[in-house]
Amino acid sequence: MEKFTKLTSRAVPLDTENIDTDQIIPARFLKATDKLGFGDNVFRDWRFHKDGSLNTTFALNNAKYRGSILVAGDNFGCGSSREHAAWALVDYGFNVIVSSFFADIFKGNALNNGLLPVQVSAAYLKKLMAHLQENPTSEIVVNLEAQSIETTVGTATFDIDPYKKTCMMNGYDDIDYLMSKKDQITAFEAQN
Amino acid sequence: MGKTLFDKVWDTHVVDVIENGPQILYIDKHLIHEVTSPQAFNELKQRGIPVARPHKIVATADHNTPTVNQHLPIKDELSRKQLAQLSKNCKENNIPLYDLGHKNNGIIHVIAPELGFTQPGMTIVCGDSHTSTHGAFGTIAFGIGTSQVAQVFASQCLLLQKPKSLRVSVNGKLKKGVLPKDVILYIIAKLGTNSGTGFFCEYAGNVFEEMSMEGRMTVCNMSIEMGARGGMIAPDQTTFDYVEGKEFAPKGAEFDKKVAYWKTLPTDSSAIFDQEYSIDAADIAPMITYGTNPGMGIKITENIPDFNDSSFEKSLEYMNFKKGESLINKPINYVFIGSCTNSRIEDFRIAADYVKGKQKATNVNAWLVPGSQKVAKQITEEGLQAIFEEAGFVLRQPGCSACLAMNDDKIPEGEYCVSTSNRNFEGRQGQGSRTILASPLVAAATAVEGKIIDITKQLN
Ligand code: SF4
Repeated sequence: MEKFTKLTSRAVPLDTENIDTDQIIPARFLKATDKLGFGDNVFRDWRFHKDGSLNTTFALNNAKYRGSILVAGDNFGCGSSREHAAWALVDYGFNVIVSSFFADIFKGNALNNGLLPVQVSAAYLKKLMAHLQENPTSEIVVNLEAQSIETTVGTATFDIDPYKKTCMMNGYDDIDYLMSKKDQITAFEAQN
Repeated sequence: MGKTLFDKVWDTHVVDVIENGPQILYIDKHLIHEVTSPQAFNELKQRGIPVARPHKIVATADHNTPTVNQHLPIKDELSRKQLAQLSKNCKENNIPLYDLGHKNNGIIHVIAPELGFTQPGMTIVCGDSHTSTHGAFGTIAFGIGTSQVAQVFASQCLLLQKPKSLRVSVNGKLKKGVLPKDVILYIIAKLGTNSGTGFFCEYAGNVFEEMSMEGRMTVCNMSIEMGARGGMIAPDQTTFDYVEGKEFAPKGAEFDKKVAYWKTLPTDSSAIFDQEYSIDAADIAPMITYGTNPGMGIKITENIPDFNDSSFEKSLEYMNFKKGESLINKPINYVFIGSCTNSRIEDFRIAADYVKGKQKATNVNAWLVPGSQKVAKQITEEGLQAIFEEAGFVLRQPGCSACLAMNDDKIPEGEYCVSTSNRNFEGRQGQGSRTILASPLVAAATAVEGKIIDITKQLN
């Protein structure tokens, strides 16, 4: 996993609520047995019309928006547990998702793939979304160490599990940690 | 202060608590399938870590399998490769696999209970969000991502924050024609799709106590649809009777010992939940969804609400419905009875009971997909297949099928499907498809009438 400390980038505003993982990566793209290339199909049915032509009204296709931060509506990542959604977003080039609410499983999947979920208040999100739509070149600074997000509409702080924060900042993951606990796990099994 | 059912099961599985961090939770049963496991096997291989406890894993092929001609090689190359990869991975790691065609094959959340793998007081995980189904047994069961599948492979444990506790109580008498599916659709519509986020939910009250295990599984299955990580129902005599005699359940004296322990699991009367909701059973009616998330549900006799909200409007636009309109008499060309929510024998009994002596409407394509080979066999043995066939329905072979449309069972663009599955997301049943969630009774009635009808009128 890549280390994450601080990111300065423009952002793509995607003003839709309840974005489920079926939209992020539709089921028909889940037949792969590796993690590569899912970015090609991220938001597939929103980015492309059924005949394969580009849907130019969709935020990700709008030339004025770019950057490695996605700012999305409330309750992002609900639905299926498919980690392919996190792989697809990372593969497409996002490192941070900002929303006012994240579904549990998606949040865990994102953190396990170096994709930082930044949860802000509904009011802050609303201001930020409107601001980005008007000022697409506006930059956002996300600082994991300080747990802060700085934008033209103000600075906010966000919560993250301290253990997960350490993992992200150092680029190590749960498997490394669990493997170091092997003896304890075996002892637990013996007692139960 | 007393303990909740959830606390009791959780606390006995904690291996260690990290200061200021998550807890290490021991996992009793790990269920896997072809779609979310291959990358986890690769991960372990790359790191040179063996699968820690292969005998605590159960594998099946379900998401990506055809529902016709299962004896033939799978036509779709990518699907065939994914199943071959699962077989290879299971073989290399000594993991029991109920592959396509095996007498125990089926949807993972249908086969694990019917084989007796699912037992009260356990921790069960699977790379699939509807793992919450197994909570019907008083089990902590929840869906995980592929990184976590790899963690369980490597250590038989997970790092987790203990979720908060929520109790939804439903007491009173259910009306005629109100099925477990209606109860959960009503709860989700009432509380909202993220009301459960951060919580593990317990369902309590006489309505659940009186429910069959199949019904309890339907309810717990959709806990994820209100954002909860999982749902649970306290184990009782109904649970013990279901588990007893199942192939992999404990037997004889060992079973008795287990039952004595399982009886200690229900929530203590002095336990306090972080959040509680209480619902009167009499308020629940046969339900139907009109939008693109499972919280967008109404009583079948109600009109679509009128909200001024862009996401709400976008959703109605996708469904091609109008604010304030009724769904009664909407012509429907597709009906799907299946999925881990409603593909157990009881669901087909309900459908057959309604269909008996009637004919399927000619405009309707109805897919009846049993949850497992065992259910399929039971359908034949109980004579339900004959009833369906006389009525013009065709029974297909087990699998996830049109619930997520990874195989050829896709609803065409723009078509409505009244479906007993759990998700009505955009394109869930095929690109451009429009899903209306309902109970097996409402689905069967729709198939017969070729349109949505007020089922309550027929029942009274
Ligand atoms: S039936 Fe549907 S919800 Fe259930 S496991 Fe299969 S795809 Fe998932």
